Amino acid sequence: MPETLPADSVGLVTPQTAHFDDPLALACGKTLPAYELVYETYGELNAAGSNAVLICHALSGNHHAAGYHGTQERKPGWWDAHIGPGKTIDTNRFFVVSLNNLGGCHGTTGPCSINPETDRQWGPEFPVITVADWVHSQARLADRLGIERFAAVIGGSLGGMQVLQWTLDYPQRIANAVVIAATPRLSAQNIAFNEVARQAIRSDPDFHDGWYDEHGTLPKRGLKLARMVGHITYLSEHSMGAKFGRDLRSDELNFGYDVEFQVESYLRYQGDMFSTAFDANTYLLMTKALDYFDPAGAHGGDLAAALAPAQCPFLVVSFSTDWRFAPERSRELVDALVRAGKSVSYAEIDSLYGHDAFLLPDERYQAVFSGFMKRVVRDLRLEGK
Amino acid sequence: MMRADLELIYAWVPNGARVLDLGCGDGTLLDALARDKGVSGYGLEIDLDGITACLEKGVNVIEQDLDQGLANFDDDACDMVIMTQALQALRRPDRMLDEMLRVAGECIITFPNFAYWRHRFYLGFKGYMPVSKSLPHAWYDTPNIHLSTFNDFERLCRDKGLVITDRAVGNGDHEGHWSSRLWPNLFGETAVFRVSRRDRVSRQANGQGGSEP
Repeated sequence: MPETLPADSVGLVTPQTAHFDDPLALACGKTLPAYELVYETYGELNAAGSNAVLICHALSGNHHAAGYHGTQERKPGWWDAHIGPGKTIDTNRFFVVSLNNLGGCHGTTGPCSINPETDRQWGPEFPVITVADWVHSQARLADRLGIERFAAVIGGSLGGMQVLQWTLDYPQRIANAVVIAATPRLSAQNIAFNEVARQAIRSDPDFHDGWYDEHGTLPKRGLKLARMVGHITYLSEHSMGAKFGRDLRSDELNFGYDVEFQVESYLRYQGDMFSTAFDANTYLLMTKALDYFDPAGAHGGDLAAALAPAQCPFLVVSFSTDWRFAPERSRELVDALVRAGKSVSYAEIDSLYGHDAFLLPDERYQAVFSGFMKRVVRDLRLEGK
Repeated sequence: MMRADLELIYAWVPNGARVLDLGCGDGTLLDALARDKGVSGYGLEIDLDGITACLEKGVNVIEQDLDQGLANFDDDACDMVIMTQALQALRRPDRMLDEMLRVAGECIITFPNFAYWRHRFYLGFKGYMPVSKSLPHAWYDTPNIHLSTFNDFERLCRDKGLVITDRAVGNGDHEGHWSSRLWPNLFGETAVFRVSRRDRVSRQANGQGGSEP
C-alpha cells in the first residue's frame, strides 16, 4: 500500500462472512447443506437499496476487488483500476458487492472447507459447481444484504458468464448487465487448454487424487504447470513479445534445458507464485464451471432462444487481441441478443494486452464502460449525494 | 438542434418503428426518435467517441464496420434502416443498398450531392476536386470514395427496381428554396432519399399493413 492513499481508492477494506443454513440445491444434483460466502463491500447502500452493483470474479479471482486489506499489502484488489470514488464503478454513487464464489479458496466454502458430514476436508469430494449455482448463491447474498435488484451486475471472463446467467435466472433482479471479455460458451480449443491444465494437476504425484492435504503435500508442480499454460492464453503474442522478446537471462546460450529465455523465467515465476497461493481442487472446479457453461445448450444451441428471459440493457465489451475469448465470441452473444430483440451495446477495444486487458486501465475501455455506467446512474437517479 | 437532414428523417420515421441507424454517430437521431416517437433499435458505429456518446445517452450502439455488411441482422429484422452521410464512404454502396432493403422494407439515405452547383464550380471552373461544407476533405485524405449525384442515385434505385417514395435536399444554402425543389441535382447540397422495396409498397397499396406511407 502506498504511504498516502490515492483519493480515488476505496482505502482499507475488511472482508466479511455471511453464513447460510438454507441448503443449496446444485446443478450436479447434490445439495450443499450449509455454506459461507466471504465478501467485501465498497460505498454505501442507499435507503431505497437501488444502487447496488455486483462484481463477479474470474477463474482465479476472489472477493478482494478493490482497496487494501492492510498497510502491508503491496497491491490493491484485482479490479482497483475500475472501482473507487470517481472511477468507472463510482463508489460515491454505487454500493459495490464483491464475493468469493462457492468452491473458491479464499474463505468461501470450498474444497478446503470441512465437510460437516465427514468432519474432514471436502477436498475432491466438494461438488462441482456451475455458473448457475454461483448465481443462485449470489442472489441469496443479495437477500441477506437487503438488495432487491442490482443496478448492475458486472464481470469479466468467467465473471461475464455469471452476469449472463443473472439475466436469465433473475431478470427481475438485474437492471443492467456488463459482460466483458467473455463468451456464451467455451470453444473446443478453450476446453482443450483447460484439460491440459487439469491433467497437469491430476498427474502430479503429490495430488493424491485430490487428498493432498491429508497426505501433507501440495501438487505444486501440477498447479504451476496449469498456471503456466493458462497464463499464456491470458496474454497476446504482442504483449509477450514486447515484454520479453527473445531476451536471454545471461549473455550467451548455454545449450541446456535450464531457464535461458526471459519468458521462461517469467512463466516459471508466475507458476511458482500461484502454486502456493491457490488451491488445486478449486482450480479444477473453476475450469469445469467454465467448460460446462452453455446457456444455449438447453435450447438446441439456439442462443437467441436461450436469451428470451433477459430483460435488461447489456453492455458487451471485447478486446482486439484477446484470443482466449476472442471478439468473435462476444459478437456471437451480441448477435444473439439482437436476434432476440434485446437492448444491447457492443464495443471492441483496440488493445495489445490480450485477455488480461479486461483487468487493466485503458482510456478507451474506461470511456465506453464509464459512458454506460453514467447512464445507469442517470436512469436510476443515483446522482444525489 | 439537429442537423437539417436529421430533422427531415426524424419526420419520416413512423411512431414505434424498429430502426437500424447505420453510422449513427453520437446517437442524436435515435435518442430523439426513442424519446418522442417510441422508436426502438440499434445504431451501428465504429468511432469510439460516437459509441461512448451513444452509451451516455442510453442509445443501443454496436461497434460494426458497415463494409462487413449486415449479415448479423435477419431479413426484415426492422421496419426502417437509416444511413446518413455514409453511403459515399462505403466500398460497395450498391451492395449496402441491397443489404439495407433486405433487413427492412424501407430505408432513408442521405449523401452529399456531387452535382451541387458549388461542387460543379470547383471542378468545372477552378479545376480542383470540390471542397465544401458537405465535402470538407482534400482528395487525398477523404473517406468519400464513391461520390455520386442526386441523378446517379435515382438511376441506381431504378436499375434495382426500388421505389423512391420521397426525396428532398437538405443542409445547403438553398434548402427549402424553390430552386432546390425544382432542380435538386443542381441546387441540393445534401440528397435525402426514402426508398422502399417494391413488395413493401404494393403491400401498403393493398392496405395489408406495413409502416405508414
